[in-house]
Amino acid sequence: MAVASEQIDGRRATGPAPSCRCTKFDVRGLTVHYGHFQALKAVDIEVGSCEVTALIGPSGCGKSTFLRCLNRMNDVIDGVRVEGQVLMDGQDVYDRRVDVVDLRKRVGMVFQQPNPFPMSIFDNVAYGPRLHGTRRMPELEDIVERTLREAALWDEVKDKLRQSALALSGGQQQRLCIARVMAVQPEVILMDEPCSALDPNATFRIEELMLSLRENYTVVIVTHNMYQAARCSQKTGFFLLGELIEFGDTEQVFQAPADRRTEDYIRGRFG
Amino acid sequence: MNANLPPGTGWVAAQSGRRARRAQTIAFAALGASALAIVVPAVLFVGFVVVRGAPAINWEFLTTMPRDNMRAGGIMPVIIGSLYLVAVTMAMAAPVGVLAAVYLSEYARKGPLVRAIRIAILNLAGVPSIVYGLFGMGLFVMVIIPEVLRLTGRDGESGKSACLLAAAATMAVLVLPLVVATTEEALRQVPQGLRAASLALGATRWQTIWRIVLPNALPGILTGLMLAVGRAAGETAPILLTGAFFWMSHLPKPTEALLQPFMALPFHLFTISTQMPDAPERLRWGTAFVLIVLVVGANSAGIALRSWLRRRKKV
Repeated sequence: MAVASEQIDGRRATGPAPSCRCTKFDVRGLTVHYGHFQALKAVDIEVGSCEVTALIGPSGCGKSTFLRCLNRMNDVIDGVRVEGQVLMDGQDVYDRRVDVVDLRKRVGMVFQQPNPFPMSIFDNVAYGPRLHGTRRMPELEDIVERTLREAALWDEVKDKLRQSALALSGGQQQRLCIARVMAVQPEVILMDEPCSALDPNATFRIEELMLSLRENYTVVIVTHNMYQAARCSQKTGFFLLGELIEFGDTEQVFQAPADRRTEDYIRGRFG
Repeated sequence: MNANLPPGTGWVAAQSGRRARRAQTIAFAALGASALAIVVPAVLFVGFVVVRGAPAINWEFLTTMPRDNMRAGGIMPVIIGSLYLVAVTMAMAAPVGVLAAVYLSEYARKGPLVRAIRIAILNLAGVPSIVYGLFGMGLFVMVIIPEVLRLTGRDGESGKSACLLAAAATMAVLVLPLVVATTEEALRQVPQGLRAASLALGATRWQTIWRIVLPNALPGILTGLMLAVGRAAGETAPILLTGAFFWMSHLPKPTEALLQPFMALPFHLFTISTQMPDAPERLRWGTAFVLIVLVVGANSAGIALRSWLRRRKKV
């Protein structure tokens, strides 16, 4: 843990240059069953740090299931069975010695539906830091201002931090949720179709935000929107029926897909 | 018959439109009548009790002991007894019921055992209250309280095992299913997305329940508790066999009241209505009025509290 936080600080200190082109997640033979249904079939993938990895594919192809394995949010579901390895910085997150709470602090998540807590904007952002032991008000105020600025929301909400987060628009709520995740200082941010409930304008703001996030975080995003994947990611993975069909540089996947099925999907022939 | 129209079409359209409109009129009339059928008895009922009971209410009625074998005087010990009973009942039922509901819906793995428990709770809610009375007499009055008295060296005082504590315990068992069911429902109303968001931020399950789930379920939980208060204040059969007394010459000291019998509004109403034909009418309606005010008051307080909490959350 000490090593990990040093890494974060080091990264922040060296500024935006994504110098740490190393592997964040090394996933090997990841297979997931929900009861009798096999949602993922022996997926191998390497997610690099400080870049945006997009996962595309038709509904029910397993991309959300894959995402939820990275911070073990699947644990909550009854009857789920996970096989294979998910190595994060070389450590298997499904190892029995791994503390799930600790893992989720390091791997934050943004959901499809904006889900701010029914409390004030301030309390939403301060929720995570408070959980993890930050109590002093000046410190919390610093964190809230810094993360809201990072999430490009500060100017819109700085005069109403004490008002309910539910009064914000959908796009603002989603940016608030991203700020809420950043306030915990994770190393990775997972996004599960973060824009599918938003209008084009709000989507644009979130995409801008994603581009800036990659300077400090490893971002993995699941999206239905292929243009979004093409615009915002450096790596793209294509899932179909629980299998990872193709994975590579985004440009290559979109312009010269190696697999016929990827091409069919990208050209809009199905899905 | 209009010869310009193709055979059937216009006529059929008009016909079906007319039929739909008529069906709608009938449906609205039936719905309105049903709504009225609920309102009218409620208004009549409350109006009746108020008109008959309100004149009996005065300071003396509320604050003095009964006199002349309950044919005159006030009902102070009866009110105190009911309030005490409700308080002790809720002190037992509320924490146990809420915690049990949290366990069932937030922690327990969904499976046959949890399903069985839920069905058992539903069935318990349907058991007639006199059966609870008998159960309370068999368990609390005849076994547990005598044992407690023996252990505390008080078994010399005979006949005191029917007491407020036994009655409140019985009443707590009776309202528990209600508390569990309403609390579970309130917990279900909290969106799953909030739980997921909290867990994904690195909260433990308990932190999620304490900081997110319970505060958001609080209005619903309070509503359920207030329903339970109304039930505990109004039920007669369970206390009949476990500690309610016909008449008491004086109020016991508050410190001893738990292990003493007590008077309560519904039971008092029953005795002066059926066992004492010559008791003045106004005493009965006065007692009924106080009981209604207590129950309606508890429910209104619950509703007011709930809407206040909801408003505060939205702002």
